[in-house]
Amino acid sequence: MVSFYSQFQLILPEIFLLTAVSAILVIDLFLPAAKRMATYWLTQGALLVTAVLVFLVTSTSAGSVVVFDGLVVIDELSGLLKILICILLSVGISYSRDYLAHRDIFKGEYFSLALFAALGMLVMVSANHLLTLYLGLELLSLSLYALVAFNRDSKDSSEAAIKYFVLGAIASGMLLYGMSMIYGSTGQLNIEQIVNAISAGNADMDLLRFGLVFVVVGVGFKLGAVPFHMWVPDVYQGAPTSVTLIIGSAPKLAAFAFVVRLLFETLGAATLQLDWSPMLAILAAASLILGNLVAIAQTNLKRMLAYSTISHMGFLVLGFMTGTQQGVSAALFYVVTYALMVVAGFGLMLLLSKRGFESDRLEDFRGLSRTHPWFAFLFLLIMFSMAGIPPMVGFWAKLFILQSIIEQGFVGLALLAVVFSLIGAFYYLRVIKLMYFDEPSASTVAEQRTGSLVMSVNGLLLLALGLAPSWLYSLCEEVIKSSVRLF
Amino acid sequence: MIGLSHFLILAAVLFAISVAGIFLNRKNIIIILMSIELMLLAVNINFVAFSHFLQNLDGQIFVFFILTVAAAESAIGLAILVCLFRNLRSINVDDVGQLRG
Repeated sequence: MVSFYSQFQLILPEIFLLTAVSAILVIDLFLPAAKRMATYWLTQGALLVTAVLVFLVTSTSAGSVVVFDGLVVIDELSGLLKILICILLSVGISYSRDYLAHRDIFKGEYFSLALFAALGMLVMVSANHLLTLYLGLELLSLSLYALVAFNRDSKDSSEAAIKYFVLGAIASGMLLYGMSMIYGSTGQLNIEQIVNAISAGNADMDLLRFGLVFVVVGVGFKLGAVPFHMWVPDVYQGAPTSVTLIIGSAPKLAAFAFVVRLLFETLGAATLQLDWSPMLAILAAASLILGNLVAIAQTNLKRMLAYSTISHMGFLVLGFMTGTQQGVSAALFYVVTYALMVVAGFGLMLLLSKRGFESDRLEDFRGLSRTHPWFAFLFLLIMFSMAGIPPMVGFWAKLFILQSIIEQGFVGLALLAVVFSLIGAFYYLRVIKLMYFDEPSASTVAEQRTGSLVMSVNGLLLLALGLAPSWLYSLCEEVIKSSVRLF
Repeated sequence: MIGLSHFLILAAVLFAISVAGIFLNRKNIIIILMSIELMLLAVNINFVAFSHFLQNLDGQIFVFFILTVAAAESAIGLAILVCLFRNLRSINVDDVGQLRG
């Protein structure tokens, strides 16, 4: 049992982050516009210190520790995901510095909202109670709604924001309805006690199954899996690219934790798994088919990457569907590497943009290899990785997922996934063809952009991880084995 | 005697009305915001009813949090709506359809 005061030590990263955001919000008020850079550096500092604190807390606490009457759990999974969330957000913000300044949205509120979103993700990842799960999710979503609408004079941004808001609110409503059914059936909100009630036979299974359907719908909305994907393309295209980067990367890690906590730790009992596994299989198959086919027709790169996200979420859901430790480990590997690719991809678009030029259409990349050979090469790495072509890390991510589903006997689904990945490779390779084999056109980014060291490291990491994927995979396996109570 | 099932049916009907209000409504975005609010209130009825019949207070505490979050949510929703109105000069559902493909 953890003593009262040492409970607070375990949530020190969250306490620090909350204090830091509040301080940054106030400090920014007193800064003249010319000194706004200070807010940027404070934000970066807050994220990095939080990451270090998470590392210290997780490495000193032994195994899974449940604190605050079961509201919060500190385990290896939460530690790993929190550190990655902080780093991804910090890298993403570093790419968006010039982009924001060029659009006159380099404001303190932007950074505060991003940090509040980070806090929401940290709470979500550590949740051991339906209430903490819900509060973390809402803190994340509300911050993201505001961020999408941040460019107030843009029609597209406000349209994307209202669509995101309405569909996100429906998702929360569905999720809550499902949670109320789980509560009604078991009489508990704490994840461990729900599990105890189910295994002791004290739960009304019909009510629980009814709630489960709503929970799966809510999860589908949040992940952006077909048929709950309607918001993804519009939000990705309409939001400022820097916000698209945030939405596409770190929250996917939080969503992973969300699914693990809800479907595996809460509703993972064998009889319930028989119910949600086929539902997830349908979501996955539909996402793979629709995402890959519709992406071919896109001319806007952000919208194309949105449909590619849908298909990637299909792969992720395939990993969950197996319900095995191997499947979840593969899904964790997939989501971590995918977030890295997304940060790199949108980061590159941010670096190539300038005032009044978004560099988000496919034709903007025509002949990029002549004007920006290094950026074109990095983008080639990213596209290869997303398409799943060896030796990039995206190949291993897909391979591990396929392995895990074939071992459970889902050969048909594996075949479907492979066929649609092949179809999907077309639109990734088309970008490479535009960059390397076409002549630069009038709309190509012509003037030289300063390269970014972070960008190069990020792009080359996709190659490096692809050449040596085993350590990351064994890390994922170990984390899942030690943290997730599978049935 | 009013039992648990009556409350659950009431909540389910309210929930269904709110979902229908969101998807069938072709007029005004404010109606969508109202429907979202109704959806959360339907969930609250569920929680309170279960809490009462299970003799367990957790559900009612959850309701407090849902109410608070719902207030924050509608504040942000209305702020986004004001933003949209300034840009489009309309809050008609049919006018919001620039992003397609």
